Amino acid sequence: MKFLFHIGRYFWMLGKVFARPEKHKMYVRQLFHEIDALGINSIGIVVIISIFIGGILTIQLAYNLVNPLYPKTLIGLGTRDTLILEFSSTIIGLILAGKIGSNITSEIGSMKVTEQIDSLEIMGVNSVGYLILPKIIAVVFMMPFLVILSIFFGLTGGLIVGPAVGVVTVPEYIEGIRFLFVPYYVTFTLIKSIFFGFLIASVPAYFGYFVQGGALEVGKASTRAVVNTNILILLFDLILTRLLLT
Amino acid sequence: MIEVRNIIKSFDGNTVLKDISAGFEPGRTNLIIGRSGSGKTVLLKCILGLYDPDSGFISYDGRDFTAMKNRERKRLRQEVGMVFQGGALFDSLTVEENVRFPLDMFTNMSFREKLKRVEFCLEHVNISKANHLYPSEISGGMQKRVAIARAIALNPKYLFCDEPNSGLDPETATLIDNLIHDLTTEFNMTTIINTHDMNSVIEIGESVLFIHKGEKCWEGSKHDILTAENRILNDFIFANKLYAQMKQTQKTSPDTPV
Repeated sequence: MKFLFHIGRYFWMLGKVFARPEKHKMYVRQLFHEIDALGINSIGIVVIISIFIGGILTIQLAYNLVNPLYPKTLIGLGTRDTLILEFSSTIIGLILAGKIGSNITSEIGSMKVTEQIDSLEIMGVNSVGYLILPKIIAVVFMMPFLVILSIFFGLTGGLIVGPAVGVVTVPEYIEGIRFLFVPYYVTFTLIKSIFFGFLIASVPAYFGYFVQGGALEVGKASTRAVVNTNILILLFDLILTRLLLT
Repeated sequence: MIEVRNIIKSFDGNTVLKDISAGFEPGRTNLIIGRSGSGKTVLLKCILGLYDPDSGFISYDGRDFTAMKNRERKRLRQEVGMVFQGGALFDSLTVEENVRFPLDMFTNMSFREKLKRVEFCLEHVNISKANHLYPSEISGGMQKRVAIARAIALNPKYLFCDEPNSGLDPETATLIDNLIHDLTTEFNMTTIINTHDMNSVIEIGESVLFIHKGEKCWEGSKHDILTAENRILNDFIFANKLYAQMKQTQKTSPDTPV
């Protein structure tokens, strides 16, 4: 029953999120602030993680490619497809759920427990819309860019690590990543990233907005938000893969 | 004038407000006093519409607030200023941006006009050279004053203050009390202050409503309070020895000013 209560309240919140803004200019200003705070500020972590993921994937694929009849170009191909289809959207989604998600929950939760949200409501501002809508738009807008960035730096990571440890040469790797390229895979991963972006912003916002108590509860809400967002990302990953790839 | 009639409010079967009725006049500081947990914050939140009462009637200058739709309430709230216990300033905005926020959101004033209004409000609360500081960089007393400046930015008809001087030293608390009183008189606002600070009652209690265990227990002014014969009120007020002595003085020489 509690589960149904949360689902109902989440959709009630979304209804208020998409209500008509009091003043578009204020929302747009907030949107640019969120794009910077949530999107641009996440580029660093996305780049670092992607380079490592690409490098690790290359070594692992080389390690598993024990049959000498298989061409080494498969290492590049395998790295590319794994990054595009799964790692760059899902793993980055899970990591950003931790970084952005906990940020959103703690920010909104702190505002809630220090009565800043009540203050907005008393002024006549739709606090749900003003605080959450720009975050959702910012993350949904930025996620596809971050995923493309992740694919690029993941492939670069493989290009650096593979030849450096001697499992593949640069020409073999480059030939591999250009071999049998399916553009639809990129479309698929971008669609996933939009869904994940929505979850990464809206679920933690829900947990932050309805927090009750003090700083301790805000911390607990952040943890719950990240765990639930991760589960939902994996669930949606499964559903979208089933719907779009099979 | 704000009027509340027969307000009842329960949470999970526990009745917090039991049939409260009162009137709050414009141009004077109306205080709601009572022990912690007596229901004064719930009453204030009911008047503000943050809680919906189970039954009863609330009106703002004859406008039935309880029957209003959300859109109408939103419009009315632009006539309301609120000072929260902790100030509730937006952490991510500077002092100037905090005071400018309601102007940005609800007016079509030019940037220069807004700055002028911000300066006017900050001057009224005696704050200068703090425009570009963040709330975390100023003292608790200053935060309260900025909160008051933000509350009066839209020139409200109604001002609500929840424990405005909690956590402040006696001198700053008196300053805040007098500031609220002066602004109330100057702008003829209907001001309601929630407090359990006896200094505030003695300083600015032009109209005092005492709530005990969710019920209206006593009503009067700061002048009546020292001579009141209500036992529960006396237990609350004169728990402090200083006020007990004041009551004694008042009894022996009634002409002594409060």
